[in-house]
Amino acid sequence: MADLSKARHKGFFDYLEDAIPKLVLAPTFLAALIFIYGFILWTAWISITQSRLLPNYKIASGYKITKKALKNMGHNGVPETVLEELQALEKRALTNKKSRFLQNVKKQIGLEQTHKYKELILKHSYTRDPLFQYKKLFNSDRWLVALKNLLIFASLFIGLCIALGLLLAIFLDQRIRSEGALRTIYLYPMALSFIVTGAVWKWILNPNLGVEQLVRNMGFAGFTFDWLVNSKMAIYTVVIAAVWQSTGFVLALFLAGLRGIDDAIIKAAQVDGASLPRIYRRIIIPSLRPVFLSAVIILSHIAIKSFDLVMVLTRGGPGYSSDLPATFMYAFAFNRGRLGFGASSAMMMFFVVMAIIIPYLYSELRKTRYA
Amino acid sequence: MASLTITNIKKSFGLVDVLKGISLSIESGELLVLVGPSGCGKSTLLNLIAGLEGITSGEIKIGNRVVNSIRPKDRDIAMVFQSYALYPSMNVRQNLSFGLETRRVPKTQIEETIRRVANMLQISELLDRKPSQLSGGQRQRVAMGRALARDPVIFLFDEPLSNLDAKLRVEMRTEIKLLHQRIKTTIVYVTHDQIEAMTLADRIAIMKDGNIQQFETPQQIYENPSNLFVAGFIGSPSMNFIPCRIANHGQRKGVFLETGNGRSFFLPIEQSGLNLDPWIDREVILGIRPEKISHGFPDQAGNPQIHEIESVVKVLEPTGPDVLVFVNINGKEVTCRANPNAVKPPGEPMKLMVDISKAVLFDPQTEERIGK
Amino acid sequence: MHNESSQTAMYQTPGAIFGRVIVYTILIIAVIYFLIPLFVMIITSLKTMNDIRTGHLISWPREVTLDAWKEAWGTACIGIKCDGIKGYFWNSVRMVVPAVLISTIMGAANGYVFSKWRFKGSETFFSCLLLGCFIPFQVILLPMASTLGRLGIAQSVTGLVLVHIVYGLAFTTLFFRNFYVTISDDLVKAAKIDGAGFFKIFWKIMLPVSIPIFVVAIIWQMTQIWNDFLFGVAFSGSDSQPVTVALNNLVNTSTGVKKYNVDMASAIIAGIPTLFVYIVAGKYFLRGLTAGAVKG
Repeated sequence: MADLSKARHKGFFDYLEDAIPKLVLAPTFLAALIFIYGFILWTAWISITQSRLLPNYKIASGYKITKKALKNMGHNGVPETVLEELQALEKRALTNKKSRFLQNVKKQIGLEQTHKYKELILKHSYTRDPLFQYKKLFNSDRWLVALKNLLIFASLFIGLCIALGLLLAIFLDQRIRSEGALRTIYLYPMALSFIVTGAVWKWILNPNLGVEQLVRNMGFAGFTFDWLVNSKMAIYTVVIAAVWQSTGFVLALFLAGLRGIDDAIIKAAQVDGASLPRIYRRIIIPSLRPVFLSAVIILSHIAIKSFDLVMVLTRGGPGYSSDLPATFMYAFAFNRGRLGFGASSAMMMFFVVMAIIIPYLYSELRKTRYA
Repeated sequence: MASLTITNIKKSFGLVDVLKGISLSIESGELLVLVGPSGCGKSTLLNLIAGLEGITSGEIKIGNRVVNSIRPKDRDIAMVFQSYALYPSMNVRQNLSFGLETRRVPKTQIEETIRRVANMLQISELLDRKPSQLSGGQRQRVAMGRALARDPVIFLFDEPLSNLDAKLRVEMRTEIKLLHQRIKTTIVYVTHDQIEAMTLADRIAIMKDGNIQQFETPQQIYENPSNLFVAGFIGSPSMNFIPCRIANHGQRKGVFLETGNGRSFFLPIEQSGLNLDPWIDREVILGIRPEKISHGFPDQAGNPQIHEIESVVKVLEPTGPDVLVFVNINGKEVTCRANPNAVKPPGEPMKLMVDISKAVLFDPQTEERIGK
Repeated sequence: MHNESSQTAMYQTPGAIFGRVIVYTILIIAVIYFLIPLFVMIITSLKTMNDIRTGHLISWPREVTLDAWKEAWGTACIGIKCDGIKGYFWNSVRMVVPAVLISTIMGAANGYVFSKWRFKGSETFFSCLLLGCFIPFQVILLPMASTLGRLGIAQSVTGLVLVHIVYGLAFTTLFFRNFYVTISDDLVKAAKIDGAGFFKIFWKIMLPVSIPIFVVAIIWQMTQIWNDFLFGVAFSGSDSQPVTVALNNLVNTSTGVKKYNVDMASAIIAGIPTLFVYIVAGKYFLRGLTAGAVKG
């Protein structure tokens, strides 16, 4: 029988014991707070400044002719005629270079007028524009090329991976001998770094000594395959390598999904007289919808983050014809000393990913309320 | 001195009130069963007694100690779980000794205790096996052994037999009863199975929606249910509820039973202490157990409380020792118990003897028993 | 629900046999498609440059030589140094080992708390952590570079270790939490009644049954961290570069004669550790992949 006298009410050590779970989580909590959410805010802040080589924590500001500027100038005595002329400068971007701004003004309204109203013009057209970097971004040809490439890359990458993955999964599901070995072979590329994959495919697609040479040796003398250095086709080489690497993963997902389908449903369909392709088309594939969704979400995520593969395969080239947002960001933030500009591209990537992931996670978490 | 005293316990999870004010007390050596449908709060109450959850308000005393804020390990309780909860990486011996080792009990005493407990539960040959190598019944015994080894003031059982198949469940039930008779420990036992409740309990607390509906011995609950819910919950097959009207018929008060084909029988209801005057011409619900409507009560000839009626047999369900006869009375399906040799086939009328000495009446609005 | 193939019964009609031939053919073509790059990688690394120029992608080496390998390991020029890839290989090792161990252990403890010691706000915290698995890391590169500088560990292996621990925690926590959720809560309740506290329960009850998920987490982390390039290229200096960054530099070098056999040998060296782990423990690798995909 236990000694009742030893039992006592809640003391200090009991409260300490209650706190232990929270103490254990504390480092991770701090890490998440600082290194994830804090850093995101920090990058967001940089993206609204004009930071170039070094961070400059003032909101992007400079000189720009805006409607508000014109109105204020009018109120303060600048004549209508001058204002009308200045309107043409509205579409010019913000600039923090006073001299360049004044030069453009001079070109528009002449030296004399500029001199007369210089103070007023400068005072009222000095403005802050947090979206400065973002506007610059979407005016940048290179960024638009990167976005276009992302669209091409993502749709081909996702489409091909899913098509091939599903096809192979269905075939693999047909009670194949040595299925385990086959699966191991299809999946091994996932274990490799994108750099290794890129290095291999860079060699295989080598303009002179790779596929081109091989096919020529097989008799097709005039065959060329220079996609790697062809600015129109470079992005497609990235697709080839990425699909090779990631198909196995999609295959694994679909195989697991197929295995989870209730046998009884298929038997019922057979009793109803349906043929095999019809069963697949009308029953099995539709019931894989959640797997499709997972696959698309994860593949999109991989596509948007694609950096390694492009860097090793084409470096974004030739020129910037195979650039993607991730390589764009790195180039400007780390190589070209344009921190604010790079940060804005990073924030754009972040927003796009969040727009896809958050609704998905929200619906998943609502389904499985493991309280 | 009461072994366990619960005073006005309330428990809420957020906005949901799971326990709405529970009070009871049990004596040392009693086996209390908490029984009720899922969601009634019985497992929550058990967790509160164990200290695995905190109470929202109220008081729990074990012995004469208020244990509200005392940790489970210091409350001198032991618990047996529905899932057995045996530590999978330890063998049976280590499972039994774990709680003792954490309490720094000397090694020799631990070994002695394990030997004693293993003998009592006949698990001595299993001491070196791991839980994954045991059958369901064996695991259950080890789980009980772990609790016994601790020799606590109160044992808590949380639906321990629900994971066993039907046959094993009956065997283990008897074993638990025998164990309780031998070592006379105080037990709080939670189950949803009313048969377990009836066979094991010294007293039963029937719970519904966070309240105790009735707290008495099994026999009292069986014969004197305090409301419609209790009456319907205990007993299998369950009590018949026949809607009737209290009538005055030739100086006697009672009910009319319409058994189909236009036939109607008057049953006088005369029980000491039951005043039906306020209920004349009002609707009531007559509760009568199936075994009280039979082909005959041979050893009760001359009992004025037994009356004869006749009804058409709808369905017969043989159970082996007897047959359940389903008839229609007052528009309701009524179950009766009869000898297999004395029944008539479906569609034919059959004479039935009704023993209304133990019948109970309920107010249809409040569902309370009339004349408690 | 069943665990084997959901194959519908096929009668041995000619149509069915033809179907099976098609299936096997396609599967074998796929095998060739997946294995060819590996094959090319290996035989290229065994050829001489002459051989490469005169032969073609899948031609057998005229003479098998390990010269490219020796050069890749010890004398290849990467950046300004010409010491081969070995130094960078060891950088990766020095980075991976502590990062994997620490992030896995912390993940185990976190998963334990999230599943068995829940408190107000813990589920919300978990969801926020989960989100952290998904952010594109571009969005933290700049602040992290700045922070590492301030902490004095910029361009060092230590800095890389810190980065990988921080961003690996979300995944390891997810793995362990989802695993521990499947372990009955009654076990923890029984242990609490038996008198065990937080750490004793973790040590004596949770950990002994956690071996499978430990393997999954370690393999996942090891693969992710070894194969990483972004953090490597952003946060390392010429001395602390991991092998992936070195490989990229080597393959994309613009000076000197391109030596494809050395490139391939280096690629194999860089890929061997994760490939080896995959071959040995592929089943756990797969579990990690699908656990990451099927969240919650």
